[in-house]
Amino acid sequence: MDRPIRVLVAKPGLDGHDRGAKVIARALRDAGMEVIYTGLRQTPEQIVAAAVQEDADVVALSVLSGAHNHLFPKVVNLLKDEGVDDCLVIGGGVIPEDDIQGLIEAGVEAIYTPGSSTKDIVGYIETHLKRK
Amino acid sequence: MNIEEKLLEGHKRACARLISMLENNDKEAIDLIKKLYNRTGNTYVIGITGSPGSGKSTLTDRLTKELRKKNKKIGILAIDPTSPFTGGAILGDRIRMNDLALDKEVFIRSMGTRGSLGGISRATWSAVKVLDIYGCDYIFIETVGVGQSEIDIVKMADTVLMVTTPNTGDDIQAIKAGIMEIADVFAINKSDLDGADKTKMEIEMNLDLNEKKDYRAPVIKVSAIKNEGIDELVKKLEEHRNYLENNNRLEERRTRNNKLQLLKLVENELMEIIVERSVKEDLLDNLSKQITLGTIDPYSAKDKIIELIR
Amino acid sequence: MFDDNKLNELSKNFDSWNKNKVEKAISRFPERKEEFTTGSGDKVKRLYTPLDTADIEYNEDLGFPGEYPYTRGVQPTMYRGRLWTMRQYAGFGNAEESNARYKYLLEQGQTGLSIAFDLPTQIGYDSDNPISEGEVGKVGVAIDSLKDMEILFDGIPLDKVSTSMTINAPASILLAMYIAVAEKQGVTADKLNGTIQNDILKEYIARGTYIYPPEPSMRLITNIFEYCSKEVPKWNTISISGYHIREAGSTAVQEVAFTLADGIAYVDAAIDAGLDVDEFAPRLSFFFNSHNDLLEEVAKFRAARRLWAKIMKDRFKAKDPKSMALKFHTQTAGSTLTAQQPDNNIVRVAIQTLAAVLGGTQSLHTNSRDEALALPTEDSVRIALRTQQIAAYESGISETIDPLAGSYYIESLTDRIEEEASKYIETIDNLGGAPKAIANGYIQKEIQNAAYQHQMAVENNEKVVVGVNKFVVEEEGKKDLLKVDPAVEASQREKLSKLRAERDNELVDNTLNTLKSKAATDANLMPYIIDAVMAYATLGEICDVLREVFGEYEQTVIL
Repeated sequence: MDRPIRVLVAKPGLDGHDRGAKVIARALRDAGMEVIYTGLRQTPEQIVAAAVQEDADVVALSVLSGAHNHLFPKVVNLLKDEGVDDCLVIGGGVIPEDDIQGLIEAGVEAIYTPGSSTKDIVGYIETHLKRK
Repeated sequence: MNIEEKLLEGHKRACARLISMLENNDKEAIDLIKKLYNRTGNTYVIGITGSPGSGKSTLTDRLTKELRKKNKKIGILAIDPTSPFTGGAILGDRIRMNDLALDKEVFIRSMGTRGSLGGISRATWSAVKVLDIYGCDYIFIETVGVGQSEIDIVKMADTVLMVTTPNTGDDIQAIKAGIMEIADVFAINKSDLDGADKTKMEIEMNLDLNEKKDYRAPVIKVSAIKNEGIDELVKKLEEHRNYLENNNRLEERRTRNNKLQLLKLVENELMEIIVERSVKEDLLDNLSKQITLGTIDPYSAKDKIIELIR
Repeated sequence: MFDDNKLNELSKNFDSWNKNKVEKAISRFPERKEEFTTGSGDKVKRLYTPLDTADIEYNEDLGFPGEYPYTRGVQPTMYRGRLWTMRQYAGFGNAEESNARYKYLLEQGQTGLSIAFDLPTQIGYDSDNPISEGEVGKVGVAIDSLKDMEILFDGIPLDKVSTSMTINAPASILLAMYIAVAEKQGVTADKLNGTIQNDILKEYIARGTYIYPPEPSMRLITNIFEYCSKEVPKWNTISISGYHIREAGSTAVQEVAFTLADGIAYVDAAIDAGLDVDEFAPRLSFFFNSHNDLLEEVAKFRAARRLWAKIMKDRFKAKDPKSMALKFHTQTAGSTLTAQQPDNNIVRVAIQTLAAVLGGTQSLHTNSRDEALALPTEDSVRIALRTQQIAAYESGISETIDPLAGSYYIESLTDRIEEEASKYIETIDNLGGAPKAIANGYIQKEIQNAAYQHQMAVENNEKVVVGVNKFVVEEEGKKDLLKVDPAVEASQREKLSKLRAERDNELVDNTLNTLKSKAATDANLMPYIIDAVMAYATLGEICDVLREVFGEYEQTVIL
């Protein structure tokens, strides 16, 4: 693919810890992607509206507050409601092992916990895009 | 998804996808624009420029909210520089406009400048056409006023708004960059800070030097954060529009702008052809090396490259 | 501290040692790395000697514990008199559950409470606000009104415990609730002991739970300073926090520099509001991070104390020695915990505990091993608390004061951190102070650069994180983690609708209207907030009234 991959990096909910989201944003940029960064305190509705307008290939969500089980699936479902079927949704944060399977079943395709490498995330995105 | 149908029905997703396709120079998308071009011409384009940190995005947000009160449909193209080293970009202007994300009548798109060759001019121009077809009454193009390609983008606007802040020397930068001459309205943002009056005076003095037109750009003090002066700024933007709409000036300006954009489009494609063909034959590298070695002069080398497209 | 002749002799011996011993050794066995650095990336020399501390004047630079410049500690006897306060940050779910956890911790020998609030509470939204969905009770306890606060401290005598509340933007409201609960227990405000975090600047920089723009936020803070200096004299009115700055990825130097720069801004604001520096400065407290590089951290704490003492004395002309003594709470570094091999975190926390105690902390929270995975379980919290108790009672480090003082390395590192932090503070001064340096993104940018460099160093294996990029094993996910009952959200909502039906709504409206009109004046808002709280106005209602007057903060993001 010769166009840059477009990734929306978003922090749903009220959590203000954006170290991870910002490090990821920079790493994705350095890997040649266009990163749309939307800042703190976004509702799932706002995130999906942005993903639609930005025609994002990927939505990358970060939550460290424990609200992931509520927020991540909501983003996935709202994307479906908008008819977006070719956007890759991934998530990261303080996410217990027990919750990961459920999130993946809900349509979040990959989950990254503390200690994940940005290289792995870049590699995953590059190989798992739904739209070529 | 039938993009044509959905676009005409006003679906944001179709609009967004079409912009992406045009950004990537997709042939199908170009054909669609050809087909729907007769539906354009109903929008008014405002270019917003100013240095980083001048508060352009917040101001764009407030202007949009003001125009939404009049029930206007708004498109926003927020352009940020692409890293020349990695080809990646961080597009962060939406942060200032998150309230607008859910407004059905507002469409916001972030774009990276994506390297050289005037590609961003082409992509922005295309996006303007898509948003025109999509039915926007106003389109804001927001970009940092540094670098030739960004100034070219602003030159596709009907009205150019230059945003500056007190005491930052932005105005001097603007003069250097040649933006002073193309600005139709000046907004001094963050005007609650010290030095707003001084900045206003400096801009006015510069405008005095250029006094030969029948239109003089107004200089307005605003505070986007505090939502002050926005209604007046909208009024000034509308006054400029009225000025253009009288006496055929709008048509003149658009024709002038279109000429520039058309040339860019041609230049862009020619360059692509030249680069593609000369790379295929290794010509560019070879000739460049020969110029270094003194075995060919630059003019003969240029002729050899022009041969490729004759 | 050495005479010149001896130093000259030492210098010669040092050169010959380098030549005869070190070079030979290296030629046979090269050192592990070309350059050695601290956890923050500062260069570390092979050996430190009196040559590195030759400029130090003991009397001026170190002094005695409890005396200016407080390098060696803020109390004359330090832990020989009283151990540091062991204070585990806790709270989750509803007030009933958190109340039970606090009672458990007090039974286990914890000596102070530290209240964690959930995000809606921290950002001033009620549990039934749509924006709170999914967040209620998650990272702390949900407090919507005085009713919840009464339950939270039920059976805990507020004249006997000291309570720290991690609350910032709505700090005045939670403090008002605490005062109100005390009153209902028959405890007067002048008997209350504790701390509110109340540090909005670091929220803009690093933590993100802001509500209002800087100006009205600073006003709320100075209102609290003024009110407490008269009514709640034993209360620590602010905990100026480097913790979250470090967690966001800063270096040790940046942690000291940006925290003290924030501190300067608060002192400036209070003086501008007409307060006398010695009236409020003794109630200022700090909150630092304790990271993995043991020696760098000890030096950091000592440097911070010395630098603050100088700032208070020289810049602000404080007279009261208490105004110059930097007291601080410490928390071990959450960002160093790994999701991989989580039991290793116990060891990390133990090292960080040593750093905090050797650095002279006044109170300490030790993180639990499972916090990279979820909120800690009771078992994990107990191990974390036991870590402190082992350090206190078995390790011997609390038997003498500032035991690492005089180490050539520690003293030279203390000097260097102070010097580099001073340079940062000078830069921030030139930008117009911390609020301006935050508004234009300077501070955030510096931190982000450090965070990114750290991440890249880990990914390139330049920095080893055990279990993450070295000594990795295949492991099963950890199962028995704490889960917050999702029913908390529904029950909070129910409580709220009941409260709204039962309370005197006319009184609520009156108190809120008064607060609103006072907010538009220069009045100290504390008394009006207390009135609203006592009338059972909710946290969200009070914050909304102030939102209408003050507006909301918009984040500066520079990437």
